[in-house]
Amino acid sequence: MFLVFIETREGKIKKSSLEVLSEAQRRGGELGEDVAAALCGSNMDCLNPEIFSYGASKVFLLENDQLGAYSSQGYATALHQLAQELHPKAIFFAATAMGKDLAPRLAARLGVGLASDCTGIAVKDGTMEFTRPIYAGKAFLSLSLKSSPQLATLRPNVFPLVEPRNKAGEVVKKDVAIPESRIKGLVADILREKGEEMDVTEADVIVSGGRGMKGPENFALLKELSAVIPRSTVGASRSAVDSGWIGHQSQVGQTGKTVSPNLYMAFGISGAIQHLAGMSSSKFIVAVNKDPDAPIFKVADYGIVGDLFQVIPPLKEALKKALAE
Amino acid sequence: MNIVVFVKRVPDTESKIRINHETTSIVEEGLSFIISPNDEYAVEEALRLKEAKGGQVTVVSVGTDESLVILKKCLAMGADEAVLIKDPAKETYDGLRTARVIARAVEKKFPSSDLLLFGKQAVGADNAQVPSMAAELLGFPQANVVIKLEIDGNQGTAHREIEGAMEKVTFSLPAVVSAQKGLNEPRYETLKGIMAAKRKVIPVVTFEELGLSQEETAPQVEVVRLEMPPARQAGKIIAGTPEDAARELVRLLRNEAKVI
Repeated sequence: MFLVFIETREGKIKKSSLEVLSEAQRRGGELGEDVAAALCGSNMDCLNPEIFSYGASKVFLLENDQLGAYSSQGYATALHQLAQELHPKAIFFAATAMGKDLAPRLAARLGVGLASDCTGIAVKDGTMEFTRPIYAGKAFLSLSLKSSPQLATLRPNVFPLVEPRNKAGEVVKKDVAIPESRIKGLVADILREKGEEMDVTEADVIVSGGRGMKGPENFALLKELSAVIPRSTVGASRSAVDSGWIGHQSQVGQTGKTVSPNLYMAFGISGAIQHLAGMSSSKFIVAVNKDPDAPIFKVADYGIVGDLFQVIPPLKEALKKALAE
Repeated sequence: MNIVVFVKRVPDTESKIRINHETTSIVEEGLSFIISPNDEYAVEEALRLKEAKGGQVTVVSVGTDESLVILKKCLAMGADEAVLIKDPAKETYDGLRTARVIARAVEKKFPSSDLLLFGKQAVGADNAQVPSMAAELLGFPQANVVIKLEIDGNQGTAHREIEGAMEKVTFSLPAVVSAQKGLNEPRYETLKGIMAAKRKVIPVVTFEELGLSQEETAPQVEVVRLEMPPARQAGKIIAGTPEDAARELVRLLRNEAKVI
């Protein structure tokens, strides 16, 4: 059995969890393993049909009042109990903020290795080989895990979704025992800034700005451009962030975030090596830069050599028109 | 407050990575090495907490003798003590192994720690595993990817970055906190600090002294191979006026790339 941890935010399943379910189904099919899903919290029954439609044959609802708010200790204790009972061959998570917080905690509790932020899983001679970017994508590491169960987190936006099918499955509710003394830290609140934006790690399209944006006020141009494109967000290079033009949560690169969107549009970004490392696994790259020798053009599928301030307005209009068709 | 900060030596983020012939490790020759940038935020936060509340800041690295350089840097920034835990192996890309070493070191050498600070991940292996794993092995709560930290007596509050929002995490001490860019602005070493750091002796602790068995330090991760990412080809340069180029770009994105 493969077990997939399903992450919910505000009562909805995260798309990245469905990607993990999809990949578990593909690899499980190769290895003859069923896929089961695990959720922590309460009142989650409404989510079951969606989980079944993405290939799980069983859903385990781990219920306990103490799992209402996320805590790494509470969730790891609950999943550990389930793992001890089921002995799954593998446990998969999405490499989201929660998955990256929780999976290593569970791995240490189980005393097993963990493959973090994987972008590929191959089955060779009946075992799984995990591939993951290292040095922010300047190199790739393929590894195998010597311990069981095999634990891995999968990078969002990389693994394709399976076609959902109308399908039923078995729901198993489990009361998990969590000693109160076990939970010494928990999420007390979720704080949102106004104008909630999509995170660069989750967006399908990133509209990114660098030193060539010349100042913080010009990032408004990128925000307007992003507003035209569905599932898009604004990103930035390190120099734009270090100049204080935009918040560090938008930074793409080795000291920021590594991203793999369908489309990465770089405006006024020259392409320092640490920036290229963080975005060169994007499916398509567009670069707009005044300098024809900028290194970003070496990785871009489409380039425009010119003044970004003259390109952005007609680009926005053309995109608006194309997307309305 | 007793604060222990864990730091790692990594290749400079400006460097190109090359892979050796056996495809099992990177070529270190010609690379320059730095303290992992995320760890600098952890060191700075420790120093600020000490300045506000008093106490002791100890900086620890698990690594080879070459890691002494980054420990000296931390001393020059203002850390009180530094300790090297000597690892006979080079990069193993295995978080659990490092976490076991750290958890044992805390139990044996720093049992009265209030706070263990890390960078959110070492820029290199990019595992982001060790802080959470060490927390679990020690039974401590954790707050990862933190951009704001407040300690009040035996209680901590941290803001941690999640997708498009912030989680406010409350926890009791002792605890593990991992730092993210935005937490603070790390200070530079002062000349006085550099001179003082030169005179400081950095104790070296071995795995044997920590009572770590070979079983405990055996990697759970087997490196199958390292490889370079698929090379990207430079694509089309779209010529013409800004208006024409913008329209042509949208046409290509729609009809050729099919991404919009």
